[in-house]
Amino acid sequence: MHVTFKVTAGDFSNAGKISSSIKTLLKQLNISSVDVKRIIVALYEAEVNVVAHSYGGEVVCDIEPHQAFIQVIDTGPGIPDLDLAMTEGWSTATAEVREMGFGAGMGLPNIRKNTDELSIQTQAGGHTHIMMRFYISEGTI
Amino acid sequence: MADIPFHHTLTVLQDVCKGCTHCMKRCPTGAIRIAGGKAHVDPERCIDCGQCMVVCPHHAIVLEQSDFNRIFNYRNRVAIIPSLLFGQFEDTVSDLQIVHALLQIGFTHVHIAEFGVDILRTLGNRISVYADDRPVISSYCPAVVRLIQLRYPALLRTINLMRTPAQIAALFARLDIEEQGGDPEETGVFYITPCAAKFAQINTPMSATSGLIQGGLNLDSVFNLMQSYFAKNKKESLAVTPGVIAFPQISAPAFLWSLTKGESASMPGRTLAVDEVHNVIEFLELVEEDKQQNLDFLELRACATGCTGGVLNPRNRFLASERIKHMAQRLPREIDKETKARVLKVSDRMIHNLKVDRIEAKHSLKLDQDMGLALQKMEKARRILEVLPGIDCGLCGSPSCAALAEDIARSNASIRQCAVLKLTDPRGLNTLARIWGEQIALEKTPKPEV
Repeated sequence: MHVTFKVTAGDFSNAGKISSSIKTLLKQLNISSVDVKRIIVALYEAEVNVVAHSYGGEVVCDIEPHQAFIQVIDTGPGIPDLDLAMTEGWSTATAEVREMGFGAGMGLPNIRKNTDELSIQTQAGGHTHIMMRFYISEGTI
Repeated sequence: MADIPFHHTLTVLQDVCKGCTHCMKRCPTGAIRIAGGKAHVDPERCIDCGQCMVVCPHHAIVLEQSDFNRIFNYRNRVAIIPSLLFGQFEDTVSDLQIVHALLQIGFTHVHIAEFGVDILRTLGNRISVYADDRPVISSYCPAVVRLIQLRYPALLRTINLMRTPAQIAALFARLDIEEQGGDPEETGVFYITPCAAKFAQINTPMSATSGLIQGGLNLDSVFNLMQSYFAKNKKESLAVTPGVIAFPQISAPAFLWSLTKGESASMPGRTLAVDEVHNVIEFLELVEEDKQQNLDFLELRACATGCTGGVLNPRNRFLASERIKHMAQRLPREIDKETKARVLKVSDRMIHNLKVDRIEAKHSLKLDQDMGLALQKMEKARRILEVLPGIDCGLCGSPSCAALAEDIARSNASIRQCAVLKLTDPRGLNTLARIWGEQIALEKTPKPEV
């Protein structure tokens, strides 16, 4: 199944709505709740990143039996130093963003923790394209 | 306990139901469909919250009746009454007259359900909870527990497994009678409740109340018996004074337990109270997404204002709540020493029986047990939804266009049921019906009755 969602830059009041919608879909598919939680935690972080740091973008979600492939693609400005961005606690978030409770520097580290395969393509001044693959099992818990 | 189905207490009277869709639109779990002009409740999705019964303009949804005379099968007849029972009467009827009437209509012992809170405090000096994770969710409201079993299995580990106050009061009542020489075989404990979900829980075999509570009694029918006693025995009733009978022991905080914020007020840490089932669902979605990490305890109630909003309560929920709060002002902060001693006397036998079994998940949201098939059904439902009008009129018998699309994908409905398509594009409808496979009309295959 293929679904896409648009993410608007700076729209913090709606940050998290996409991960909630995808959660509702996943729960109908007999996916274990441990996997559902892993997916929505990673997606939520990626979604907030797009809202907080980019010019906007989209979430592309492909669900097949036993795996979910979720891509988060924004229109820039890219991550200048990806290794630094993957460090826990490191953040470029502005004071304004931090005041709203975001920007703790756990975004990318949390995504890595919750995905089975993660690939990030980015460059300063260009798009950032995050590809997350989750292997999912059936079951209630 | 996973294999034991829920017992449901709500029934649709087929000869009274007009198929008006009010209940279907109100149902928080989407459990109701209208087929053949009558409402049908899906037993796998119903949580017994009673919202359908409250909203039905034709009184076509009723709660299972309890046989009051069953209490007379026992020599010791214990009434466990919720504090809200006092709120059902106007101030002209005194607290003692209410207790007196219960004894006159047939009970030999009267305990207030929330007295269980005081028992717990006496046993442990504080209100403890058993749960694997926080925020701990109160298990007080059985409709909320069922909701979590059906829709939020990830949160089951956060439900408090401590027995509810009514169960603890029932346990104590039995042991106390035994302690005074009574035969446990001859003791019947009956819980008077305004709540469809509590009633359902008591009547579910192997539930947490099995063995403790012999039966539930509908609060409205007991209320009627009490009112007739008052009407026929004015003189005796007015003669009741504290010298004749004593008001059951209970502390003020316990007495307020079933009202919104009543339980959370006694819990340590950061607590929060949410009432009314649609609000509870909205909040559980957030808890499930793990965004509430600062909270320690959640009091969640399916009825607005808490248990005074129970479906069988005869009196307005706000007036009932007010009387309970007013009464609490005159109650002590703690139960008396003599009662504490009675509790401590049976503490050994109580302490090992305070926890209930882990609660198992039930599935209700899933389109199919097989992930591949579930995906196919979801795809199909999404495509069908695109051609439906999206006005959620309910005339098809499903609560929304999305629900109809899902019902068609599950082969439980036909696109021909869409009244709007039928009027605006009857020819297109035939084509669509062919594309998505023609279904047998629902009238011929009614869903199983609850």
